[in-house]
Amino acid sequence: MNFGFTEEQELLRQEVRKFLDANAPMEAVRKLAETPEGFSRALWKQIGALGWLGLTIPEAHGGAGLGLVDLVVVLEETGRTLFPSPLLATTLAAAAIRDAGSEAQRARWLPGLAEGSAIGTIAVVEAGDRLDPGGVRLAGRREGGDWRITGEKLQVLDGATADLLVVAFRTGSGDGEIALGVVERGTPGLTAETTPSIDGTRRVARLRCEGVRVAGDALLGAPGAAGPALARLLDQAAAVVTAETIGAAEGALRLTVDYARERVQFGSPIGRFQGVKHPLAEMYVDVESFKSLLYYAAWCLDQGDPEAPRFVSMAKAYAGEAFARIGIDGVQLHGGVGYTWEYDIQLYLKRSKWARAAFGDPDHHYDRVARLRTEAR
Amino acid sequence: MDFQLTPEEETFRAEVRAFLDEMLPPGTHTMDPAFLAEWHRRVREKRWVGFSWPREVGGGGGSIMQQVILKEEMAKRKAPPLGTCFMGLAWVGPAIIQYGTEAQKQRFVPDILDGKVQWCTGYSEPGSGSDLASLQCRGVRDGEHYVVNGQKIWTSIAMWSKWIILLVRTGPPGVEHKHDGITCLLVEMDTPGITVRPIRNMSGGAMFAEVFFDDVRVPVGNRLGEEGQGWKVTVSALAHERSSIAEVEGLLRKLDELVELARRAVKNGRPALEDDGVRRRIARCETRIEAMRMNGLRFLTKQLKGEPLGAETSINKLHRAALEVEMGDLALEIQGSAGHLEKEVEGGRWQRFALNWPEVVIGGGTPNIQRNIIGERVLGLPKD
Repeated sequence: MNFGFTEEQELLRQEVRKFLDANAPMEAVRKLAETPEGFSRALWKQIGALGWLGLTIPEAHGGAGLGLVDLVVVLEETGRTLFPSPLLATTLAAAAIRDAGSEAQRARWLPGLAEGSAIGTIAVVEAGDRLDPGGVRLAGRREGGDWRITGEKLQVLDGATADLLVVAFRTGSGDGEIALGVVERGTPGLTAETTPSIDGTRRVARLRCEGVRVAGDALLGAPGAAGPALARLLDQAAAVVTAETIGAAEGALRLTVDYARERVQFGSPIGRFQGVKHPLAEMYVDVESFKSLLYYAAWCLDQGDPEAPRFVSMAKAYAGEAFARIGIDGVQLHGGVGYTWEYDIQLYLKRSKWARAAFGDPDHHYDRVARLRTEAR
Repeated sequence: MDFQLTPEEETFRAEVRAFLDEMLPPGTHTMDPAFLAEWHRRVREKRWVGFSWPREVGGGGGSIMQQVILKEEMAKRKAPPLGTCFMGLAWVGPAIIQYGTEAQKQRFVPDILDGKVQWCTGYSEPGSGSDLASLQCRGVRDGEHYVVNGQKIWTSIAMWSKWIILLVRTGPPGVEHKHDGITCLLVEMDTPGITVRPIRNMSGGAMFAEVFFDDVRVPVGNRLGEEGQGWKVTVSALAHERSSIAEVEGLLRKLDELVELARRAVKNGRPALEDDGVRRRIARCETRIEAMRMNGLRFLTKQLKGEPLGAETSINKLHRAALEVEMGDLALEIQGSAGHLEKEVEGGRWQRFALNWPEVVIGGGTPNIQRNIIGERVLGLPKD
């Protein structure tokens, strides 16, 4: 029994942190957030060369063949500094192709995603906001061996810059009749429009498909059989968002603790007052706790352990709730200045609003936890 | 990261399970004294009482991981308590093993292991509250005795105990460090001058008592550790507290009972379990309980590497405290308007549960004390 990171993982953490400190301090993050694409192509190439993008891609396809637990190390660090990049999106597209694709499909798409020459994403959320295979309405129509898809996807991470989009669509009206198809950027009928997010360090898009052709050999798995793959992908998505949330929440806590140690009021650093000390202690309790849940969830996903869905949902629900509280308390404990554009704490609050809603809010995930407990036993 | 157990640990778990299958077949739980005595004898025979204690004092010499497995399996089966020795096993035995003389070890440890002697712990005093070291109960040396005068409060199960492990102030008044000058004594409860008065609590029962000492003469041979070293003895005894993984099993069983209650109870004209608010609160409790388990496993990893546990254990104490209150409240709210009746639903067990949380929440440091500990020792905020 060992619930800790290996030496290699700690080294990886140090490298990532060093790179981000040198290349993406908060001033740089703020500048990137205001560019149209929202990230730096130059840094993207560099992190591709450093191996972050291929971390969980098999070695045969240009990656390092490691697991989600290793990726968690990277994501904690990118979360800590709110580093803007299509890392989450690309990682998820790669996971879908790796897990549900054929060997030929892996060979075709994974190397590009691993080196960073292609940006990937997944398109799963739709109007109606249901995060399960039943929520997929985007319709596919068979045309010979190919499919034509029509409909809309929402909140597609980095949808406007992605080169490869893994799109969930419906092959029939039955519950499980879902397919995951890889659509390349520039396919006729496909348009993506960035929808501004309150978290400026994130880019999300509305995706429109009007008779977009999905070639038969671009379907991951058999047509109409991708329900389980989609469910797994949604778990992975909730897990990676939560991994970044650990770092982001720790970053917000650190900023606020530093402020509470320095800021003097009534002749004393405010951190001495229990009205300040206790909420900071609660933040710590919460971060450590959803961190423990997420680490275990990541391990379960790597192992194919049947406990994965339950732990993913517990971690995501707890993280969504706790980080939202941390964002608010962080700003409040800064006093009025916390709400100003100049102070960084407000950037974390905005990230918390994004993270809470992304891939299932706390209610959604608590509902699933309740279902798993009350129905299965 | 690796959550697999070694083959030896799996073998041990299987052994524990087989024993529990034999001793505690489903539906046979009983608090019958004859059964409890037999249960204790059989567990003792396996050397699973005092399992972490050295073999030379009669313990099991078990590894940390084995202890966790044993406690976890016992909690899963809701195994009955071991004899009358909870306090003895939790605090007194470890303190005597670490600081006691040979004579003290021989005199006290076997009785604790055999479950023959009930112990209580005389730490808290009126007015000292969470500031344990401010205690005032005095012990004055008089030849071969200490003469004890003063009062203790919140002494769990004092009315059923034969012995008390007692902290008294022996140093001169006004010493520079208030931790200095405290001495630890082992005192027989039927010594002349001791009076025990149970404290009736808000659920109507009594778990704690006040204990009064009026010129109580304690032989010097019953001092544990050196004079003035009582604080050190106590702190290291409290540090024997192991990770809270076993607690989690108890809380999950309690949650299962809560789910069953919600299945049967009717709220707004339908089963309470169909209510989204109830379901989410149950899920929230489950999430906190599992977070405790996973935090506990991270602490355990530290212990297995030989690193001491610090303020992080306060995390799970805070969770436990919040859960006691939340689960009690939820149980009553699930019952709707019957929630305020004393004995209508399941004999009133949830009502008693909802009123007894202070036993867990306040004992061992209030939540605000835990928050201070985290704020100061982990986050580096200035002291109060």
